[in-house]
Amino acid sequence: MRIRIKLNGSWREDDVEPRLLLVYYLREVAGLTGTHIGCETTTCGACTILLNGEAVKSCTVLAVQADGAEITTIEGLASDGKLHPLQQGFWEEHGLQCGFCTPGMIMAACQLLGRNPHPTREEIRQGLEGNICRCTGYQHIVKAVEFAAQKISPQSTVES
Amino acid sequence: MIPESFEYHAPQTLAEASRLIAQFGQEGKILAGGHSLLPLMKLRLASPRHLVDIGRVAELKYIREDADKIQIGALTTHYQIESSELLKQKCPLLPETAREIGDVQVRNKGTLGGSLAHADPAADWPAAILALGGEVEARSESGSRWIPAQEFFVEMLTTTLQADEILTAIRVPALPAHAGEAYVKFAQPASGFAIVGAAARVVLDDAGAVAEVGVGITGVAAKPYRAAAVEGVLRGHSPTAKRIAEAAAHAAEGVEVNADLYASAEYRTHLAAVYTRRALEKAVERAGGK
Ligand SMILES: Cc1cc2nc3c(=O)[nH]c(=O)nc-3n(C[C@H](O)[C@H](O)[C@H](O)COP(=O)(O)OP(=O)(O)OC[C@H]3O[C@@H](n4cnc5c(N)ncnc54)[C@H](O)[C@@H]3O)c2cc1C
Ligand code: FES
Ligand code: FES
Repeated sequence: MRIRIKLNGSWREDDVEPRLLLVYYLREVAGLTGTHIGCETTTCGACTILLNGEAVKSCTVLAVQADGAEITTIEGLASDGKLHPLQQGFWEEHGLQCGFCTPGMIMAACQLLGRNPHPTREEIRQGLEGNICRCTGYQHIVKAVEFAAQKISPQSTVES
Repeated sequence: MIPESFEYHAPQTLAEASRLIAQFGQEGKILAGGHSLLPLMKLRLASPRHLVDIGRVAELKYIREDADKIQIGALTTHYQIESSELLKQKCPLLPETAREIGDVQVRNKGTLGGSLAHADPAADWPAAILALGGEVEARSESGSRWIPAQEFFVEMLTTTLQADEILTAIRVPALPAHAGEAYVKFAQPASGFAIVGAAARVVLDDAGAVAEVGVGITGVAAKPYRAAAVEGVLRGHSPTAKRIAEAAAHAAEGVEVNADLYASAEYRTHLAAVYTRRALEKAVERAGGK
């Protein structure tokens, strides 16, 4: 089946089997391997991308369901060679160790800050409840998101 | 984890979707948010020949107020319900229940209609819809019918929906004066599904006694149910802490209680009473009772 997807800002068309999962489309058809596959069972969040602006687990969406949609992956965040504030935050605050969960974490955090530009620490943890990290213990991930929130729209932070 | 091959259909209208569903019969399956069906297909526990994706049927996505009722299109996502200002005011039980479902990503994709049609015995929506005394609309090429929630759930993963019917809408009463609602859940720590989930809706009369009460329970039995025995002890009485506790003790009365790795039948029965009591206490407090 022929599908059209606006992937990180540019439209592309591909022929895919209906049963192809979106995460495989991104990695193997579009060649964007930033989106990771962890559990493949909708549990870990490593495959999180933005589908029409909403964070979804791309291992549990068919590529054909995304026909006509806009998708943003981790590769679509940096612009003009400059890291996105969330990417900077993960860098500055040591928000990653092995990095396997990071693309999914960042995409989930991206939606979180879109819906709530100044989340409390508790709200950050809730916003990332669908993403599992085996390394960091989450503390630095929360700090990375706080860093980005401050960078995107500065204000005195609200402590929870 | 790749599903078996299938043919994919993406109708734009309800009429077209109904026609496809009727045409494929047992060989077809409706795809809504896909967050119950796709995991099953990946495990090959489900292998439909035809998948009818209703995700593009715009007429099934809405939340609207209709006199003293709220009607919600089947394709409305958990997140849309969680974040609806109208519902926060007019039917707060629904956003409160939505927040308890899975995680953010799951709530962005999963739909109210999909959850009810799937009828997982540990799903959250059934408890809320039962407590509210809601109704579910089913439509096929031959017409439409409204099904009371209490008649909708038949057994585990089974509802009264016929193979050619699409669940199109859910209708629940708006919150009247002197009323309160609450949903509380004891979640399985890994899956997040309910080991026990209890939803309560209480309407008080002028004297502060219970005029109407609905209690819906999920996770406890093979199907979600309305706890009639609990309601019976409360109706017509002042909802004192003692009476609420007495009523809640009947939470698992008359049902065969599930037992699994996480909770024995005895433990679940205990939890059902505790969570029912908590839901009732919150609902009564919100109704302005003591
Ligand atoms: C990681 C994870 C965690 C979850 N946690 C929870 C939780 O804590 N609590 C909870 O309640 N749920 C939970 N869920 C389930 C989730 O809420 C699903 O979204 C929901 O159960 C199904 O809705 P859907 O729109 O995704 O339906 P689909 O998966 O698309 O469909 C489910 C079934 O219903 C049928 N169907 C769908 N829509 C219709 C319709 N309109 N008419 C007729 N038949 C229809 C389909 O044919 C299919 O058989 C979880 C899911 C995942 C993946
Ligand atoms: S790979 Fe999709 S949630 Fe883990
Ligand atoms: S950094 Fe290793 S899993 Fe999160």
